[in-house]
Amino acid sequence: MSTLIEVKNLSRQFGALCVVDDVTFSLDKGEVLGFLGPNGAGKSTTMKMICGNLTPTVGEIKIGGYDIIDQPKLAKAELGFLPEIPPLYPDLTVDEFLFYCAKLHGLKNTAIKKAVEQGKEKCGLSDTGSRLITNLSKGYQQRVGIAQAILHSPSVIILDEPTVGLDPIQILEIRQLIRELGQQHSVILSTHILPEVQQSCSRVQIIHQGKLVLNESVEGLTQQMSSSSLILRCRQQADINTLQNLAHVDTIDTLEPYRYRIHHAQDVNLAEVIAELAVNKGWGLLELTPEKHDMEHIFLSMTQQADNNE
Amino acid sequence: MNSFIIASRELRSLFLSPLAWTMLGVTQLILAYMFLTQIDYYLTIQPKLVGIPGAPGVTDLIVAPLFGNSAIILLLITPLLTMRVISDERRNKTISLLFSAPISITEIVLGKFLAIFAFLLIILFSIALMPLSLLTVGDLDIGKLAACLLAMALLMASFNALGLYMSAIASQPTVAAVGSFGALLLLWIIDWAGSNSGNSSSLFEYISIMRHFENLLRGLINTTDIIYFILFIASFLILSIRRLDNDRLQK
Repeated sequence: MSTLIEVKNLSRQFGALCVVDDVTFSLDKGEVLGFLGPNGAGKSTTMKMICGNLTPTVGEIKIGGYDIIDQPKLAKAELGFLPEIPPLYPDLTVDEFLFYCAKLHGLKNTAIKKAVEQGKEKCGLSDTGSRLITNLSKGYQQRVGIAQAILHSPSVIILDEPTVGLDPIQILEIRQLIRELGQQHSVILSTHILPEVQQSCSRVQIIHQGKLVLNESVEGLTQQMSSSSLILRCRQQADINTLQNLAHVDTIDTLEPYRYRIHHAQDVNLAEVIAELAVNKGWGLLELTPEKHDMEHIFLSMTQQADNNE
Repeated sequence: MNSFIIASRELRSLFLSPLAWTMLGVTQLILAYMFLTQIDYYLTIQPKLVGIPGAPGVTDLIVAPLFGNSAIILLLITPLLTMRVISDERRNKTISLLFSAPISITEIVLGKFLAIFAFLLIILFSIALMPLSLLTVGDLDIGKLAACLLAMALLMASFNALGLYMSAIASQPTVAAVGSFGALLLLWIIDWAGSNSGNSSSLFEYISIMRHFENLLRGLINTTDIIYFILFIASFLILSIRRLDNDRLQK
């Protein structure tokens, strides 16, 4: 697979404030990278730098093998960018605007019409071609912004919070669209909606205070999310020592009388053993639930860990 | 090529707003009135001129003053035209569309410059129709008229370049307008200092736009004046490019 984006030791300072700190990653063709992080983590700044809207203080960015600083035209020809605020001219119609964007990206006259039609169709804008952008709702403006980014079928598509302001149906459509795009292009999208990442991305990066704190494929993350604790509730007092002596059990917390959380090693399921034990000892098993970590959990623990380390 | 794409979009947007039409209308109205008073004045003094050998003709007494007046009006309206071109894009964040497209900063600035210049040429064309209408009743010194048109085109391009630069440095359109109006007016009158007492600075005289403009208006096409205008335009365009490039290095 060919590497489409290469980011090396990227840093960006605004005055004394370091917004992006030594970020390195790369993206292959066909990958959809989800960029996660709390507000002000440096997501947008990183994206702006990749798209040549900001110059990095230190570091190197290559798009399709071209350096964004040394060969900006060649690098940018491979790019489609939707910034946080969609860059729209309110006094143009959707068609006029998309034709303008297609021309800016150097499409040939014959290809422009087709590209605009396709872009509109993909983003559900087929009926709005002759409307003024200023009269469109926020969601439709967002769609025009996405259409503008994918119009010239760039090999790298960068979307900064693409689903903001869209209705639930449209969000599903856009996620579907992103998955489709991911098959032929590389996509980076930033978001703070965690399920979105699970649904549409193949890789996740969490950025916090300018630093990359996690770079993991979605499968790896799903594994991390798999259960590593059980909730046990009994009618009578359970013997904690017996439980503690079971293989793979790490610690046991007593949550309330007769209710326990049993932390165990990952990749093993102790439910069967514990159930057997509880029945044999006559504790009166009422509840036995494997706990699942969700994305929020990992996200919070990742960002809090980074806070504690400082 | 890319510049023309930007320029045509810009010009189109300009005509979508009432501003462009208002400007065309108001300029034409005021200049037409001035043109008429100039003709009136010429008609009153014409009998006296007949006797004088080498007396100034129609072109000197009607056409040149008309373009002189248009220069003053341009001084007022060009800042209003140029104020939005870059600062508005920056405020509406549409500038990132241009920054992430495969276009160089030079092409962006040239595109903006060409758009406003094209609009100013439309104004010049409608002004030029007035002296040309005199051809129906008499003769004009076509050479002098051409010199006047050249002077106007150069002056417009210079005002445009300076306004563009102000728009590139200002964060708000109105600030850009005030800035460029002030700078243009200062450059217009800078040679006033000491001109009455006779010990005016030759540097100030060289810097003053008016000096160079008036030479051309008199039909005196001098390389010094032409080079002055070209340098003026080029410097402000280069400054705008540098300023816009700095946006990416900001803070």
